Amino acid sequence: MSEEVVLLDFWPSPFGMRVRIALAEKGIQYEYQEEDLRNKSDLLLKMNPIHKKIPVLIHRGKPVCESLIQVQYIDEVWHDKSPLIPSDPYQRANARFWADFVDKKIYEIGTKIWTTKGEEQAAAKKEFIESLKLLEGELGDKPYFGGDNLGYVDVALLPFYSWFYAYEKCGNFTIEEECPKLIAWAKRCLQKESVAKSLPDQEKVYGFVLQLKKAFGIE
Amino acid sequence: MAEEVVLLDFWPSPFGMRVRIALAEKGIQYEYKEEDLRNKSDLLLKMNPIHKKIPVLIHKGKPVCESLIQVQYIDEVWHGKSPLLPSDPYQRANARFWADFVDKKIYDLGRKIWTTKGEEQAAAKKEFIESLKLLEGELGDKTYFGGDNLGYVDVVLVPFYNWFYVYEKCGNFTIEEECPKLIAWAKRCLQKESVAKSLPDEEKVYGFVLQLKKAFGIE
Repeated sequence: MSEEVVLLDFWPSPFGMRVRIALAEKGIQYEYQEEDLRNKSDLLLKMNPIHKKIPVLIHRGKPVCESLIQVQYIDEVWHDKSPLIPSDPYQRANARFWADFVDKKIYEIGTKIWTTKGEEQAAAKKEFIESLKLLEGELGDKPYFGGDNLGYVDVALLPFYSWFYAYEKCGNFTIEEECPKLIAWAKRCLQKESVAKSLPDQEKVYGFVLQLKKAFGIE
Repeated sequence: MAEEVVLLDFWPSPFGMRVRIALAEKGIQYEYKEEDLRNKSDLLLKMNPIHKKIPVLIHKGKPVCESLIQVQYIDEVWHGKSPLLPSDPYQRANARFWADFVDKKIYDLGRKIWTTKGEEQAAAKKEFIESLKLLEGELGDKTYFGGDNLGYVDVVLVPFYNWFYVYEKCGNFTIEEECPKLIAWAKRCLQKESVAKSLPDEEKVYGFVLQLKKAFGIE
């Protein structure tokens, strides 16, 4: 079965992590291929000619691109185990809304935190915390965004937790102080094997960010 | 039934048009409410507190936000008639990919065409045409992106057709010269009542854009 599913990925990518978590939740065996983004493989360029980005999920030779589309695809094909998206249309729309919110806010604002300084960074930190607080509101008292089990929004958001340490170090602030419920949620998720094995060590991610900053001449 | 579905919208919005087309395709009666975006209604702010944007679809008093999420919701709730998304998971992933491509490319590039000049506008026009050509490639010889009937990608893309006149006038170029297949597809869609009644007249859209340019001091 392992040749049936291939994942072209890059270890620090939160988008790749989403797919790793989804595949692990479903217990799917797959071949993981690490891409060098400065020297993209022919396979990557052939499988994602439009955007030329990772992650790319290849199932029986056919590519699926874009992480949220990949997670939905995995959920639909392997629908019998660990469903990620609810079955009720309104709850599905709600789950998609919050996954879209993560896409619109967390990645871009997080990137601003480690790539900028001064006022721009301060504004990004403020908006970042506000966005996390809105997510805390959506989580409410539930153990996971998906309720009693990991769901679509959990999978969409969790990978960014491995980048929080990098944001905190670069931004000189503590996320847990402002958003304790969200950090508690993330730690709860990390107790699951599917999550723990899909997320890289946060110190390793921070080391990567420092390399990037050096390479791009960002202080 | 009309009170069950309410659409908060703004007549020139391509995102609102997507929802109008989907509702029309399904034959759903609904109440259309025009929003003044400089003076947003309490209902809009209450139903979309996170983004405060239109369109907002309100079904039995509960809001659904973001146009692609709304179209999928409509397709799932009123699944008995005129299905928009395919049932096969791979084809669904492909439809979602191209809808995402439209979101990533067409709106932003189109906007650059009417708000900028010189080199920036030239670059936007070039990338815009390239994007339309990629869409032509996906359309292939099919009548619609959805095959024999209107599908998800048709609904997502066709609203931009009545903004093409704006782009052409502001950018001083002809889209049909470069992308005849796409224009033929759009005209084919406009023969459908669900599309024709959902799209405003292109001259009216152009008049609106001229007002915007004047208001924002854009030449």
